[in-house]
Amino acid sequence: MTEIVFFINQVIISGLVLGCIYALGAIGITLIFGILRFAHFAHSELMTGGAFIAFLLASAFTAWGIATPIPTGFVVLPIAMVLTAILALGIDKGFYAPLRKRGAKPVTLLIASIGVTLMVQGLIRLFFGTGTYSFFENEPKAIFRIDTSVIGSTRALVITEPQVLMIVVTLVSVVALHLFLTRSRLGKAMRAMADNADLAQVSGINTALVVRVTWVIAGALACMAGTMLALDVTLKPDLAFNIILPIFAAAIVGGLGQAYGAIAGGLLIGFAETLAVFNWTMLLRPLNAVLPDWLQLPPSLALVPTEYKLTVAFLILVVTLLVRPTGIFKGASS
Amino acid sequence: MALIELKHVVGGYGGAPILNGVDIAIDKSDIGVIVGPNGAGKSTTLKAIFGLLQVTGGTIEFGGENIVNSLPDRLVPKGLSFVPQEKNVFTAMSVEENLEMGAFTRRDDFSDTMAWVYEMFPVLAEKRRQPAGELSGGQRQMVAMGRALMSKPTLLMLDEPSAGLSPRYVIEIFETIARVNKEGVGILMVEQNARQALAFASKGFVLAGGQNRFTGTGPELIADPEVAKSFLGG
Repeated sequence: MTEIVFFINQVIISGLVLGCIYALGAIGITLIFGILRFAHFAHSELMTGGAFIAFLLASAFTAWGIATPIPTGFVVLPIAMVLTAILALGIDKGFYAPLRKRGAKPVTLLIASIGVTLMVQGLIRLFFGTGTYSFFENEPKAIFRIDTSVIGSTRALVITEPQVLMIVVTLVSVVALHLFLTRSRLGKAMRAMADNADLAQVSGINTALVVRVTWVIAGALACMAGTMLALDVTLKPDLAFNIILPIFAAAIVGGLGQAYGAIAGGLLIGFAETLAVFNWTMLLRPLNAVLPDWLQLPPSLALVPTEYKLTVAFLILVVTLLVRPTGIFKGASS
Repeated sequence: MALIELKHVVGGYGGAPILNGVDIAIDKSDIGVIVGPNGAGKSTTLKAIFGLLQVTGGTIEFGGENIVNSLPDRLVPKGLSFVPQEKNVFTAMSVEENLEMGAFTRRDDFSDTMAWVYEMFPVLAEKRRQPAGELSGGQRQMVAMGRALMSKPTLLMLDEPSAGLSPRYVIEIFETIARVNKEGVGILMVEQNARQALAFASKGFVLAGGQNRFTGTGPELIADPEVAKSFLGG
């Protein structure tokens, strides 16, 4: 039983948290691709930028002596999301909209977004340096230990307060997004434009408005994902830049342009990465008792070493592209 | 006063003009049909009216108002609707959502219009929850027309509504268009099935090289030996 609890701690909880972060990032990428038809590389910087905005707000809250019952990072999240949405709109207006107006090709926009990535990352380094920050310098990170001795485990089920909140917040956002896309007039217009942009224009849909709404949603969710990642580990200038590739993999595996696909892809890659680096000996150790001496489990039985975690995302991506090129949810082929 | 009047319209996609002076006038009671050889500028004329390409000369008046180079999100609320030839439904959205998108510019209650569209195309009412991409070619054409009618247009423009349909559906689509016209919607359409379309047109326009070659009522044009010889295949 101890082994199973360990497995839940190491794989189920970690995988779920990582999957949530990937999913929230991938939703933004997939929505932007669906509406504007380009791969928005700088999404990582919206995530990191959003996390830094949340961090500044949280620091300000602490400085003003505002104590909050849940981690300050979550209290300031809505404000940070609004600010990041404004940042996303500004980036679009400043860099991508002029290119679109000239009829630039998607690859030009992709290169422009790499430029934005370098610029935003440089700006963050300019103001914050290269060091790491923690949201929990001034407040404790509450950790819940659930006693599992009733099922015969000597190990407790461990989950931190930010992790619980993260899963809840992701769930709420996904449900809200679903309702927006299927019930509201603008959400349907967004799906219409992703489906057939020319026909959306012909129908009289205000496409410029749809583009703005897309940036607002993508920016807000990016801020949420970035802040969560920073709450789970630490905040640093290359926070999300390091995971932008698995996030892209999640969006592509799910089917580009498909919001639900991005959620599925994010969770799939999150769990796959966690499972791949998990030391299976920890779970299978009781087998040593029944296995013959020459077949004892080695002390470490992980599929890949932790440093190679990223390769898992690519393996899944390659397999998906070979077997089902448009992704799980039949997205657009670019 | 004509519902829509094009006077000597010149326009194209930035290079050499494709339209070199097109004249068209349609009343609310009319079914106008544009025919002509490939590359004559038939579809381009519709796109020019709908602001989808640059008009560099001439005037386009709709309901007495100059609408040259206005974009669809301004034109649809004014009562203009357009059914493109290809890719004219939102394939991943349900039939009902397709219709809702047609009413995007309306902020009033459009349930009566939707009921009217379903009454006209009963088969769509049955399939209202199905993705439009799963329907047959003829049914998709109905969804496309239904979508365009949701904005309650006074002029409905259709680009080759019979393209790719079986002969049985062609007749059905033409009959539907005539019915829509009777309900008070002016029609302006481009057709490849020239003879069949002109037969029920109240106004016909034969274009070639981006200019009017012949203009008259449908039966007049069919009876004209020159039109028949050059454009209707003898």
